[in-house]
Amino acid sequence: MSLLKAIRSVWRYVFGDSASAFGSLSAALLILLAVVPAKDYFREWRGYQKQYLRLIRGRGDATSLNRRFQGGLQQIWMPELGVVDRCTTCHTALKEASLADVKTQPFRPHPAMPHKLTEFGCVICHRGQGAATTVEEAHSSTKSWEEPILPARYLEASCGQCHQDRLLGTPRLNQGRDTLARYGCVRCHTIKSPDGLIMSGSDAPPPLEHIAEKTTREWIAAWLKNPQAYAGSATMPNFQLADDETRDISAFLMAQSTPYPSLKGPVPAPAANQDAASLQEGTSLYGQSFCSSCHAMQNAAGMLVGGNLGPELTRAGSKVKAEWLVDWLTDPKTYDPDTRMPHYRLDSKQTGLLAGFLASKSDSDFLGTTQLAAATPAQIEHGKTLVLERGCASCHAINGVKKPENFAPDLTLVGSRPLEKILFAPGVPHTLADYIGAKIRQPRSFGSALKMPQYTLAPQQVDALETALLAQTQLAQTLPVTLRVPGPAPSNYRPAGKAGQLVDDMRCLSCHKINGHGGDMAPDLTWEGSSVQGAWLAGFLKNPNTLRPALIRRMPKFDVTDAEANILADYIMTVYQTPAFDRESIDSSRFAPADVEHGKELFYGKYACQSCHIVDPKKDKGYIGPTLTQVGARLTASWISHWLQDAQSLRPGTLEPVWKMNDEDARALTAFLMAQKNAPRKEVAQK
Amino acid sequence: MNRAWLGWMVVALAMTGACSRRARGPADPQPKGFGAALVLVSGEKQAAGVGSALDQPVVVQVNDDKGAAVAGALVQFAAAGGVTFDPDRGLTGSDGQFTTNVSLGGVHGRYRIFATTRNSAGKTAGIGIDEVALGYQETLGRQVSDIHCVRCHDSESTPERVSNHDNLSAQAHSFTDGAVLNAMSDADLAAIISHGGAGLGKSAEMPPYGNTLTKPETDALISLLRALSDPPYRSAGIFNASQ
Repeated sequence: MSLLKAIRSVWRYVFGDSASAFGSLSAALLILLAVVPAKDYFREWRGYQKQYLRLIRGRGDATSLNRRFQGGLQQIWMPELGVVDRCTTCHTALKEASLADVKTQPFRPHPAMPHKLTEFGCVICHRGQGAATTVEEAHSSTKSWEEPILPARYLEASCGQCHQDRLLGTPRLNQGRDTLARYGCVRCHTIKSPDGLIMSGSDAPPPLEHIAEKTTREWIAAWLKNPQAYAGSATMPNFQLADDETRDISAFLMAQSTPYPSLKGPVPAPAANQDAASLQEGTSLYGQSFCSSCHAMQNAAGMLVGGNLGPELTRAGSKVKAEWLVDWLTDPKTYDPDTRMPHYRLDSKQTGLLAGFLASKSDSDFLGTTQLAAATPAQIEHGKTLVLERGCASCHAINGVKKPENFAPDLTLVGSRPLEKILFAPGVPHTLADYIGAKIRQPRSFGSALKMPQYTLAPQQVDALETALLAQTQLAQTLPVTLRVPGPAPSNYRPAGKAGQLVDDMRCLSCHKINGHGGDMAPDLTWEGSSVQGAWLAGFLKNPNTLRPALIRRMPKFDVTDAEANILADYIMTVYQTPAFDRESIDSSRFAPADVEHGKELFYGKYACQSCHIVDPKKDKGYIGPTLTQVGARLTASWISHWLQDAQSLRPGTLEPVWKMNDEDARALTAFLMAQKNAPRKEVAQK
Repeated sequence: MNRAWLGWMVVALAMTGACSRRARGPADPQPKGFGAALVLVSGEKQAAGVGSALDQPVVVQVNDDKGAAVAGALVQFAAAGGVTFDPDRGLTGSDGQFTTNVSLGGVHGRYRIFATTRNSAGKTAGIGIDEVALGYQETLGRQVSDIHCVRCHDSESTPERVSNHDNLSAQAHSFTDGAVLNAMSDADLAAIISHGGAGLGKSAEMPPYGNTLTKPETDALISLLRALSDPPYRSAGIFNASQ
């Protein structure tokens, strides 16, 4: 009972008698009740809305801005997209173009964008926590929502959630996807698009099954040590191997190598014995064969000149064996059936000259005086273990080593990887973008035992890669199928028959695309048969030339025979025709001289075609489009006519504007162009 | 309320933390030389995507009062709007130059960055350097421009892209030519892009792109012109009746 008494006395002491106790309790209750509305009244977003109203008060269009302003919590709710965005509660002026001069957030109007705010909301593009109503929770990483909003430079990643196609407005995303394909990322990592397509590589890692025939063990070891020391443009990353590791891997690669059916051509003299004259001839042959369309070489000034379809050849002489080089130049398919290098049809003298020139491209500093002692069985065995561990067979064909499955983590959902499951290296800010960037830049900073090699990439390339990887989100998989924009369907098209063999032999599809398959260095030939005349095509195949003055010619001359040229030309003329129109629908012999004259006026007057094309080499200077001096002998009349109407539909991405010109003008211009059959080349040649 | 106070305290703590961390960071390098003026060598008026690094670094040079380069002078870079520098301060090299890589802020538009140096008396000399951050629309505009426009509108030739500018009888305006382009309204520009020169009494050498480009592409192109224009373009905006 004494306890009860004690409580009562404390009660009395604090609250006094019953009446004052009732009074103070009521007061406490009132205060407590007032806290709730007060808390609501002082919410952050109310402050912003008041600030906005003050901001627009003095403006000329205050009345209409005021009318459009909606107070209170705002929400964009789209259950089918999973969007609950309250961002517009504070970002009150997203649609107010007249506030373009306002630079303070959250009141800036949204810059122009390809989608409507009301159709997609905010977080599908910007990420962050849409339902939050405080600045901190919406934008930053909090306990309940780890991933903050996406920094502006990666914003194109969000486009990539739906768009698998190449959008013109997302150059960084496109570059990132190209880089993933070109630098071999997708050969170890699986990256699936939401429609189930697995991203494939665009590089061509060479097979190593006959490597001992091609190069020396010393070169392999030096290359493994640092590929970029041999060729700055090499896409093979640096595996950061120790000297004994490169020694053992090179030992294994030499040991597993098998002979291939060599052609046993005549071996050119070693570089030191090359006389200056034949070296000069070899240099010219390198140029005449258009090797630089695909291969790059450093010039005297140290600039890399040439294409990147094949490996850089600056130090080729330090790499390949002379006998192999002759075989390779004679017919590359015998060594690598899947190579992109064409069969050049050089004679043995030319092969020798070219091989001599390439052999002279050596760098004594690269290999130095390294001599590896004969390999022991233990070293070879260790080399094989290393090859298995490092996943070399993910890219390269190696005897006795299978291509590993799921060698590296699947990156299909890397853009949604939960941060709590990521171990951050010290010093890396805790965001997904920073994690991916650090992984790409310094993979081994996450642990020296990790397998991922070190790439040499420019900062822009890393940004692009991050953008492409951040597009691989969970959301992309769950968005409605109707929103998906697929990329071009993968195609394995190959032409058939004798022509198909020729196309395969000269590897036309390394550069040209036909029916969705092939390279993009040279024009798409899918509708070539509707475009050109058969006789011109056969002549061109025998002696290709560039049609555009502003372009460097890249098509090599393959020394095709008349019969081969005719087979190819016949096939192209018959098979590669557009269903849109008949090649022979316009008979150019029925054009009257008046049509030609009228067309000439239109060419030089109304349409000013001479600003891009040359018809009269003495007068016209247009330097963009193909030269048209002989266009009447090259193109069909119906192609020209349709081209003048809508060139983009015939060849998407062409520079020719869509003229949509009336039939009369198109007819007259076609007549004028079909009359350009003369060969003023001779005049040029006389210069 | 309590939570808000707590929030403020956290912010205050974070700020003190951030400040003290900076204070503890590497101190300014001790200058070995002092110049009187700072001049720009290269890297101004570049355009890059929002939040991205400029393609070329910004290079400035410190000169003394006679115009000779000063080695070892302290150069500091600063800018508002989330621009970052790598590095943001340092000493000039033996050629008197200092090079930094610049990443622009996350909002599209013009950014002015300031480079400063001090003379021996502690007086500051500096310059402002303008750069442009391209948003989605301007980026699209630049892509369109690279495909369809620059061959005639850019007089500079590269081995990959030979300029056609000098082959034309009418001189195509450079896209940075604010003196001419700022005087044209968006509607004027849209008209000449869509209908070509001939439709507007100008040279027919400018073809009509109305059927080639979509409306958003044309708008994007115009936004690019506005972003690149030099002197800067100022929108006529909405006039306030009371002013």
